[in-house]
Amino acid sequence: MTMHRTLIALALAASLGVAGAAQAQEHDTPKPPAQKWSFSGPFGNFDQAQLQRGFKIYKEVCSSCHSMSLVSFRNLAEPGGPGFSEAQVEALAAEYKIADLDDKGQPIERPGRPADTFPAPFPNAAAAAAANGVAPPDFSTLAKARTYERGFPWFVFDIFSQYQEQGPDYIHAILTGYEEAPKGFTVPSGGHYNKYFPGHVIAMPAPLTDGQVTFDDGAPQTLEQYSHDVAAFMVWASEPHMVQRKRVGFQVMIFLIVLTGLLYFTKKKVWSAVH
Amino acid sequence: MTTVPSAEHSRRDFLYIATGSVAAVGAAATLVPLITQMNPDASTIAAGAPIEVDLAPIADGQIIKVFWRSKPIFIFHRTQKEIDEAKSVDVATLPDPESDAQRTKPGHEPWLVVIGICTHLGCIPIAHEGEYHGWFCPCHGSQYDTAGRIRKGPAPKNLVLPPYQFVSDTRIRIG
Amino acid sequence: MSGHSTYQPQNAFLQWFEKRLPIGGLIHSSFVAYPTPRNLNYWWTFGGILSFMLGVQIITGIVLAMHYTPHVDLAFKSVEGIMRDVNYGWLLRYLHSNGASMFFIAVYIHIFRGMYYGSYKEPREVLWILGVIIYLLMMATGFLGYTLPWGQMSFWGATVITNFFSAIPGVGEAIVTWLWGGYAVGNPTLNRFYSLHYLLPFVIAGVVVLHVWALHVAGQNNPAGIEPKSDKDTVPFTPYATVKDGFFIAVFCIMFAWFVFYTPNFLGHADNYVPANPAVTPQHIVPEWYYLPFYAILRAIPNKLLGVCALFGSILILAFLPWLDTSKVRSARYRPLFRQFFWLFFAVCIGLGYLGAMPAEGVYVTIARVLTFYYFAHFIIVLPLLGIFEKTKPLPNSISESVLSKA
Repeated sequence: MTMHRTLIALALAASLGVAGAAQAQEHDTPKPPAQKWSFSGPFGNFDQAQLQRGFKIYKEVCSSCHSMSLVSFRNLAEPGGPGFSEAQVEALAAEYKIADLDDKGQPIERPGRPADTFPAPFPNAAAAAAANGVAPPDFSTLAKARTYERGFPWFVFDIFSQYQEQGPDYIHAILTGYEEAPKGFTVPSGGHYNKYFPGHVIAMPAPLTDGQVTFDDGAPQTLEQYSHDVAAFMVWASEPHMVQRKRVGFQVMIFLIVLTGLLYFTKKKVWSAVH
Repeated sequence: MTTVPSAEHSRRDFLYIATGSVAAVGAAATLVPLITQMNPDASTIAAGAPIEVDLAPIADGQIIKVFWRSKPIFIFHRTQKEIDEAKSVDVATLPDPESDAQRTKPGHEPWLVVIGICTHLGCIPIAHEGEYHGWFCPCHGSQYDTAGRIRKGPAPKNLVLPPYQFVSDTRIRIG
Repeated sequence: MSGHSTYQPQNAFLQWFEKRLPIGGLIHSSFVAYPTPRNLNYWWTFGGILSFMLGVQIITGIVLAMHYTPHVDLAFKSVEGIMRDVNYGWLLRYLHSNGASMFFIAVYIHIFRGMYYGSYKEPREVLWILGVIIYLLMMATGFLGYTLPWGQMSFWGATVITNFFSAIPGVGEAIVTWLWGGYAVGNPTLNRFYSLHYLLPFVIAGVVVLHVWALHVAGQNNPAGIEPKSDKDTVPFTPYATVKDGFFIAVFCIMFAWFVFYTPNFLGHADNYVPANPAVTPQHIVPEWYYLPFYAILRAIPNKLLGVCALFGSILILAFLPWLDTSKVRSARYRPLFRQFFWLFFAVCIGLGYLGAMPAEGVYVTIARVLTFYYFAHFIIVLPLLGIFEKTKPLPNSISESVLSKA
């Protein structure tokens, strides 16, 4: 454990140059532009085709560096998600090699099962950091773990408008925000200029380009589309019961409004004798 | 406060009953998540998926133990003598009458697959022990024969058969 | 809990039981026949709302504890397991995490109501102090609970808050090490915080019983701030107060449900969805919103020990309020000057809350210092002097008179 921690600390110290630059220029980072998402608002729902495309991008591109270790293959077939069939999930899981032990306790690799979680590309955080400079963050909760400052009074309005898509907006902005560094801005080695990353210097090179991932459903194979699809997929991965939550929420709201109304009239009746 | 006319009275009663009923429905609905949360969660259910077991390495007369849904499953490769012993019993005299054929799959008579949990109070019986050469439960002395049937002691039922089928002659799928 | 009851059960078994344990009479006298002032407004329903929220937190908490694992390697994972795999786990966890915020919203309204209407004044000083103790216990419970998911904010929140005690001269470091059970916040810390987080709500429930007992001895204060004189001034608790409380609990639940189902992470912090990393401190460490005013006070003072003292002092000073406020008139309704200072104090608290969320730099620090000064001045200077110099409005003769004059 201690060894582990030391390694992480070392890896982080190595990337500190990047982080230091980040702090200096945080204030001139533009806010991620708000995108349209099918899952926003009280009746928001995931677009299954979009989640399937997003998963394809994750599988073919992101997963070579980013783990998603809290998500299982079986989740892909659960209601409110990308809507893969059980058979598709079984076949997909079997494509992966999962570390396990055989009957004699010897380490083996067996084909994945739906109950398995997505295997990580690196054996541990220190190895991930050693290979990439900074350990690429896990995707399981990333869409909820990333945000940007809304500021007053917007954060008050957000309660009523239910705007909570800072995460996917930020992810979309990062993926589309790679550009040439402006004149006079020196990007440290191992860093990449990104318009929307706090401090503009991000360790991850631009991961997606037009035409990189093939879609079978006719959706445009552009960076813009990829960014939306993978961000939507990450929102689902971090909140797989969102659709159920909003549906139950609507029922609860209707119930509470009826109950409150009845209690209001009951209260009036009871108190009518006193007033 | 003046006297309440009866129409007013029944309207008020209706309001009270309606409010009380809606509140009761809400309370009952609230209990649903509080109760179902104790059922096995999705990861437990997924981990209880069927497993496959290779029978080839199991020697004649050997009993192996595998786990399915956290329950021990005994796989008994019976010898001819043990099969004959199981078949020779008069089924009618058994506490839980079942023939040997009902306890095995046709064409795979050497193989007895049972859940290794005593039907008395859940202990794991010891293999190849007791008067009937099947299992002996150390907790309260229940004795099972070579077909996993209860013969003696407090257990009421035969060892339970898990759902399973032969995928090939030397491979079974449990669950 | 007050007076003796006229409760007489009809049923023979209940009569037999009542003779041996008069619990029916206790409930009847406390929650049925108990006289409540007839002029209570909706601000007085927050006691009921708070009891309801304590119940919600205890029930959802016990359920969550069935699925949570207090270990540094498993805590984050087990919380995510609750969110993903446990049946309705997402609902139970969001109820609990947002419930904490709702609990604090309600308690702040309850406290400010008490301040506005002078509910802490003689003969309700003990009632008030018990309330301050409940509030302190709530803060401790909320803090301990926030560490349990073992995200970045959990870890660094725990580190910062436990370091308060390092300000104590001489023994500070030893105390902090003792709190941690190690040389830094780690597994022993998480484990004991979990134990205490489970314990404290029941301590709160115990003090709540004392709080309600003290309330039923002194009787409720009311918007007029004068004691009931006759039966005309009061109504029985049931059905009048119960149905009114019930109605407003339902209203409160609509707000609660809005957060739980529609913006469940609004009141939380994104960084807590990043697993705890002892090697990296998040850029902006911010406590939960309900601690922000006190956090601003802490940061306003440049000296470590004095900052921590100011933070604790700002809460403890509430316990002395019954003696710091020298006015004989309770309700702000009849204290025109106090009313203005009350709202100023309210604005200062909101302002401190806002500053607590801002970075401690530049103009923010200066404003925080001014507001911190006023916070304490309100208690130490304004309230004692107001009681001496303020010209109050004439009080009504009775509660029923004040009700009728408004009608």
